[in-house]
Amino acid sequence: MSAIDDFRQETRAWLEANCPLSLRTPTPEGELVWGGSKVEFPGEDQRLWFERMRDKGWFCPDWPVEYGGGGLSPEQVAVLESELRRLKCRPAQINLGIWMLGPVLLEFGSEEQKRALLTPMARGEIRWCQGFSEPNAGSDLASLKTSARDEGDHFVVNGTKIWTSYGDKSDWMYALVRTDPHAPKHLGISLIVLDMRSPGISVSPIDLISGKSAFCQVFFDNVKVPKSQLIGPLNGGWTLGKSLLQHERKAMSKFGETSLPNHFHLLPLVERYLPEPRSVADQALRARALACAMDEHAYALTVQRMGEEARSGQDISGLMAIMKLVHSEQDRDKFEILLDALGYHALGWEGDAFSGEELAITKAWLNGFALTIAGGASEVQLNVIAKRVLGLPDAK
Amino acid sequence: MSLIFNQEQRLLADTAREFLAARSPVAAQRRLRDEGAPLGFDAALWGEIVGLGWSAIPFPEDFGGLDFGCQSLGPLFEQIGRNLSASPLLSSVVLAGSLLQLAGSAAQQERWLPALIGGDKRLALAIDEGGRHDPLATELHAERCESGWRLSGAKLFVVDGVQADGYLVVARTAGQKGEAAGLSLLLVEAGTPGLTVRPAALIDSRNCARLQFDGVLVGADALVGEADGALAVLETALDRGRVCLASELLGAAETLFATTLDYLKTRVQFDAPIGSFQALQHRAARLYVELALARSAVMAGLAALDDASLSAAERARLASLAKWKAGQAADKVSNEAVQMHGGIGVTDELDVGLYLKRIRVAQACLGDADYHCQRYGVLLSTKA
Repeated sequence: MSAIDDFRQETRAWLEANCPLSLRTPTPEGELVWGGSKVEFPGEDQRLWFERMRDKGWFCPDWPVEYGGGGLSPEQVAVLESELRRLKCRPAQINLGIWMLGPVLLEFGSEEQKRALLTPMARGEIRWCQGFSEPNAGSDLASLKTSARDEGDHFVVNGTKIWTSYGDKSDWMYALVRTDPHAPKHLGISLIVLDMRSPGISVSPIDLISGKSAFCQVFFDNVKVPKSQLIGPLNGGWTLGKSLLQHERKAMSKFGETSLPNHFHLLPLVERYLPEPRSVADQALRARALACAMDEHAYALTVQRMGEEARSGQDISGLMAIMKLVHSEQDRDKFEILLDALGYHALGWEGDAFSGEELAITKAWLNGFALTIAGGASEVQLNVIAKRVLGLPDAK
Repeated sequence: MSLIFNQEQRLLADTAREFLAARSPVAAQRRLRDEGAPLGFDAALWGEIVGLGWSAIPFPEDFGGLDFGCQSLGPLFEQIGRNLSASPLLSSVVLAGSLLQLAGSAAQQERWLPALIGGDKRLALAIDEGGRHDPLATELHAERCESGWRLSGAKLFVVDGVQADGYLVVARTAGQKGEAAGLSLLLVEAGTPGLTVRPAALIDSRNCARLQFDGVLVGADALVGEADGALAVLETALDRGRVCLASELLGAAETLFATTLDYLKTRVQFDAPIGSFQALQHRAARLYVELALARSAVMAGLAALDDASLSAAERARLASLAKWKAGQAADKVSNEAVQMHGGIGVTDELDVGLYLKRIRVAQACLGDADYHCQRYGVLLSTKA
């Protein structure tokens, strides 16, 4: 038997013994465990699973052992992931730092930064948030204005970041800031990390059209940030930021594959609310629902194909570039159809005139509008496909 | 179920790419059209294809087949789509060959299968009667008589029906139009009295015929499979054909898309390549997305053809998904290709029009996107 087969056997046995039975199911809404100093566990099993994975170094299985990782080879990580999938294990924690900042620190961070930041990250002790977008820098992220002024041994940060998920609950932030206001816009940006308890930081949550949300706006008023917290070269932040976003997409596609339950099944719902189509209009609605479900099927097959192509060493950058666009737009289409099928039942805001499921569908429909905007609006995704994948020329 | 080709299938694709580019480029198809070739394909090319072993791929070794599985037809049909190459591979091998392999008697198999695989004979499937694909709508009537069966009725859109050596005819032997039970399959040889074959010139200038049956008499041994119960085996063979057509559509659409991208990068208006305009960039990006989804659906449809662990309904559902998505994507790509090429896109000089026309015919053949959307829905509620 080869070494990788041995590893599979050991991993399977360890997971069987250590992943609590109750956590081998899809994660219900609101039961995700977010690491950090204020970590909360919905139950004892979640705490056990968190601690066991942490002590094994498997929050970051591919990181070097010296920084708190599991030290696994890419092949072993693939085995671990497939065994986690096989047992349907819930993620032991969700941690933006590990997914996004960690890989960038490993590549660009100084030895000192790696030791200081990666180890607590790998132990799930710090909850990270992201400071990228600003009120006037959305799709055109490089026009960001939040400034970090050089004051000798430290920077002084002023400005504001918006759409920061869980800004109010996070311990640290990684942020893109302007360090050279005179350079061309892409060349004056740096990546820094900062403690959210620093004096001068204030956070206000944002209500969306769907109601309460995780999004916050963060304000910086003369916030002191030591220079040791600059990641990578001064004014070299744009490249690092792009790399971070690539890790985000990779993590999101993995996350989407394994742990997000599909809450609302389109066709059974349409059937329930439109049991006997009596008009051409009803038939047309059912046809729309069917076409939407078929497109979802084709998307799921594309996720599978992308995995197989990656494992066989093919270039999957083209497929990666379409995933977010397709998934968010399909979801939006799906909820539009549900809204039409449920009619008045999908127009409730709260109260017992509507079922819990109906209210949830309405919220999910409203929330879907954020999904085709956040993380790169659909139009930005189309630009990326046109230019980077298809090689179409830039406008003059 | 794997959604990528294995080593053997990739080699097959490489061979097909080189062979068809050399022997059957789009220019050859254009020449056949201009000459008004009655068969719509080049008989010599068909002989070479047979020589390469492509017609033997899906069949067991007992009949001279290679037993490579139906999935291996995928890479071939994809390349066929890229070059618009016409041949009777779909009609005589995938459809007629599958029906005889799945349902034929030993005598029928012995007589026909090696001849079909060897390219010595051609059979065509006569199924549709109305304007759109619909097997259950079969009305062509076959009644038992002393000598066997008597057939009366008409068939439209018989692919490669001109100068075929015989026809596998879907006939109603019981029940009413629209009913699943009561369909039978009969083998009628060309030249049988009462059978009239008329060529139908289609936009893709392929071989297509209309058949008229006026009291055509055939023997009892003309029945292929069970009387009144042909539908299951018919659907299995049709699904093979549908997924092959989906592969062809995908190949044609991807090639047409690549041609269009080249044009967007080189055509200059307003002092800029038109591909630098965002209005066109976004439309091109959306076509790329459609093609990526279509490829996944086609790969799943192909893999399902040979996957014994799937139920018949699951296999059929994946075939419909493949034909639906590939047909839809190819339609969109071909419409946009003409529009993005502008004035020259509507001229006959450009190959864009040849792709557009072939895509429309292949999309309608064996069920268009609407048909397969409906079928997918029905199969989803079939818990088989």
